Formats: sequence, C-alpha cells, structure tokens
Amino acid sequence: MNGAGCGSCHSAPGVWPEGEVGPSLDSFAQQTLIAGRLPNRADILADYVRNAPKYVPQSGMPAMPLTEEEARDVAAYLYTLGRR
Amino acid sequence: MWPLISTRSAVGDALGGWPPPVLDPAGPYANPLATLSWVLFGGAGLVFLVVLAALWIALFGTAARKEKLGGTRAIWIGGVAFPVVVLSVLLVWGLSMTGSLTAPIRGDEMRVKVTGEMWWWRIAYLGADGGAVLHDANELHIPVGRPVVLELESADVIHNFWVPRLSGKLDMIPGRTNIMRIQADAPGVFGGQCAEYCGGPHALMGFVVVAHHSEDFARLMTARRANIRPPAPAHPDLARGAQLFGSAGCAACHRVAGTGANGAAGPDLSYVGSRQTLGAGILPNNRGTLMGWIGNSQAIKPGNRMPPYSMLSSDDLRALAVYLEAQR
Ligand code: HEC
Ligand code: HEC
Ligand SMILES: [Cu+2]
Repeated sequence: MNGAGCGSCHSAPGVWPEGEVGPSLDSFAQQTLIAGRLPNRADILADYVRNAPKYVPQSGMPAMPLTEEEARDVAAYLYTLGRR
Repeated sequence: MWPLISTRSAVGDALGGWPPPVLDPAGPYANPLATLSWVLFGGAGLVFLVVLAALWIALFGTAARKEKLGGTRAIWIGGVAFPVVVLSVLLVWGLSMTGSLTAPIRGDEMRVKVTGEMWWWRIAYLGADGGAVLHDANELHIPVGRPVVLELESADVIHNFWVPRLSGKLDMIPGRTNIMRIQADAPGVFGGQCAEYCGGPHALMGFVVVAHHSEDFARLMTARRANIRPPAPAHPDLARGAQLFGSAGCAACHRVAGTGANGAAGPDLSYVGSRQTLGAGILPNNRGTLMGWIGNSQAIKPGNRMPPYSMLSSDDLRALAVYLEAQR
C-alpha cells in the first residue's frame, strides 16, 4: 500500500502518509459493506482496490496501480484491521 | 518520525532506504568522499585496537611492560609524534583527494539553477548566457558522464542540497549562490533530500535526480524547449481538467508551459505527469496520489503551502488528475 500511495487518501496502521480524502481503514475488517455498497468479500475487495470505478463509477477512489497478486495481499492485510 | 525510515516512499526507494547510501558513490564527485570515509573508518579501527592493547598491558601486563608504557618515551611517541604525523598525512592526503571537488569551473559545463523553497525545489536549466531556458521542479535531469554545475540558491531560509550517491552536502543560503558539481557515471535515479532543518515539513523535502544517456537527454531537452509534448491519450475528463485548473485557482500558483497558467508560488507543473514522485519526492506519482494530494495535501505534508481542496468533488479531482497526468 505504501508502494502504490494509498496513504495519500486513507489512514491505516503501518501505512504512510495518513491521508484524509477517503475513509480511514483502521477497522475495515468489521465492515459488512465495501464503500457502503458491495458485499465485503475477499474476491470483490481485491478487485475493488485495483479498480474501484468499475463498481462505483463516480467514486473518489480511482483505479490503482496494483497487480492482481498485490491486490490480494492488500485485501488480506485489510482483513486484519480491527478484527474482534 | 522520519517517514523515509519506515516506509517505501518513492524517494526512499531511490535513496536506497535508511541510512542514506553515502558509501555507495555513483560519480566522481562522490567517490573521494566514500574513499576518505573508508580510510578514516579503517584508521580509527586500528587506533582503537592499539588503545585496547595498551589498556590490556596496563591491566594485565608484566611490571616491565607497564613501566615502559608509562615512560616518557612512550608518551612522546604515542602522545605527540604519532598523532602529529598521522593527522598531517591525513590532512594533506584528504585535501588532495577532495581537491577535484573545488577545482575551478571550466565554463562549458551544463548549468542548472536549483532554488530551495519551503518545502520543494525550483529548477531552471540555464543557457550559455546564464538565462533560464527551461523551468521544472522537484526532479533534475542530467546527462551521464558529464559534470553538471549547480547554482544553489534559496528563496527563504537555509536549505541544503544533498544527493548522497552523487555529491556531498552544500548549503543553499538566501542572497548567495553556492556552486556545486555533480556527475553520474551511469543512467539511473538518485534520491536527494534537504539536509538542513528548514521548518515544519523539512523531512518531507526530497527530490530525485534522473541521469540519462546523452542522446536521450538531448532529445528530452530539445522536445521540452520547443514545447513538443507526447500526445495526450484522449480522455473525456481532459478538457474539464484544463478548465478547472484555471477556475479552481491552481493557475495562480502553478505554471504549465504553453498555457495561460503562469503562477510562480508553487512548483512548475509543465511535466508533472512524467515525474517519478509527487509532493517533493515523497509519494509515488499516479492518479490516486495526484487526487489525494490535490484533495488534501495538508493531511499528507502538514504545513506545506498549498491549500486543501475539500470543496472539489471526486469528479473534479479526477478531471484535474487526468489533466496533470497529460503534462509530460
Ligand atoms: C484519491 C484518493 C484515494 C486513493 C489514492 C485510494 N483511495 Fe480508497 N477510497 C477513496 C474514497 C474517496 C473512498 C470512498 C469511496 C466510496 O465510498 O464510494 C475509498 C474507499 C476505499 C475502500 C472502502 C472503504 C470503506 O469504508 O468501505 C477501501 C477498502 C479502499 N478505498 C482501499 C484503498 C487502497 C488499498 C488504496 C491503494 C491501493 C486506495 N484505497 C487508494 C479514495 C482513495
Ligand atoms: C496558494 C498557492 C497554490 C495553489 C492555489 C495551488 N497550489 Fe499546488 N502547490 C503549491 C505549493 C507551494 C506546492 C509545493 C508543496 C510542497 O511540496 O511543499 C504545490 C504542489 C502541488 C503539486 C505537487 C507537485 C510536485 O511536483 O510534487 C501538485 C500536483 C499541485 N500542487 C496541484 C495543484 C492543483 C491541481 C491546484 C488547484 C486545484 C493547486 N495545486 C493549487 C501551491 C499551490
Ligand atoms: Cu529545506
């Protein structure tokens, strides 16, 4: 996430900087929906973080330069955030 | 603390992580510094061993040895003669070694003026008559194998220009022009960093030097001087982005060559789409980081002199990013 610069819009543990354009991802694993719309499933999340406009065309979250594998790793990391 | 330590920022990658690669020189103006450092480390190591040996004798040696160690002769040799000889030799050798760093400018070198600003770098490529022929920011392009003379200035407070793999450090002082040379032996990207505390986001004041093969460099400069741009990929947001750049006030602080945008308070954005980094060497450059920077650069680089744009919609941010990506 540091390599792609997600931190320019989000805060998340271990990610720099702590941008404020998008929501904080600090407890993302507790959410039922991604971006208030999509079921929070690993395959959808991995696709969403690479290409959000495909799901939410007007999204403030642009397509990001991640490979499929990197996106799966990012999704796995996001599911560790705020686990109860 | 210093984000370059803990994260993979673009400039962090170029710097090669932490600590900065000061002992990995990539050009003739950095080589002598690395050699000198190694000799000093080695010499210091040797002296340390000698001191340990003396300590060992003082603690556990025979009475005769202790006697000798405490004698006047030992003090004259170890305490006076040895340091005088070693330090003199080091001084002469060190000066001859680094002499090339202060050799006079020949006058036919390529010249670039780099001005430290709070907290970014203004760059002007100079023509033969000393006038600026091309403006840019936060990224310095040089040809390999040729010395490049840098005229270092400051617009506000004292900054310090430092590219660990290409040179030592040199202060940028308001009202003065300090001259420094750099040269890269092979193509590559070399991270740089402000090395003199200059207020709030000082640690986030980085840049990169990109060294090109001579022909590539000549091509780049010729195209930019003639304002010949690679064709921008058609995108429905492009025109809107260009229009917003004026109506949202960006043009008051930023210049884009060949357009009406001529602001000088912020970095020149004529080639921002081809930059390796954003925010003065701190972020990778892609649509997301562009949108994030424009939307709220204050959360990214607190205290920097660009206002946050929380009144822009996601469509506006995207259009601006698309427009800036096309400025190459
Ligand atoms: C230009 C700013 C920007 C960048 C860069 C960005 N995002 Fe986003 N992101 C947003 C915005 C805005 C939203 C909210 C979108 C919505 O609700 O439709 C969002 C939503 C999300 C969500 C859903 C959050 C939730 O609460 O449902 C995730 C997960 C996410 N982003 C991950 C990432 C990752 C991973 C990266 C880096 C690869 C990244 N983002 C880069 C702006 C950005
Ligand atoms: C008040 C003057 C001002 C205005 C208005 C302004 N900027 Fe900036 N901008 C700056 C300054 C100063 C910086 C350098 C910040 C730093 O790195 O410390 C900057 C940096 C940037 C950068 C990063 C450049 C780089 O090479 O790192 C981009 C991109 C940018 N601005 C885009 C915009 C856009 C788009 C707008 C309009 C929505 C805008 N700016 C409005 C002053 C301004
Ligand atoms: Cu500085």
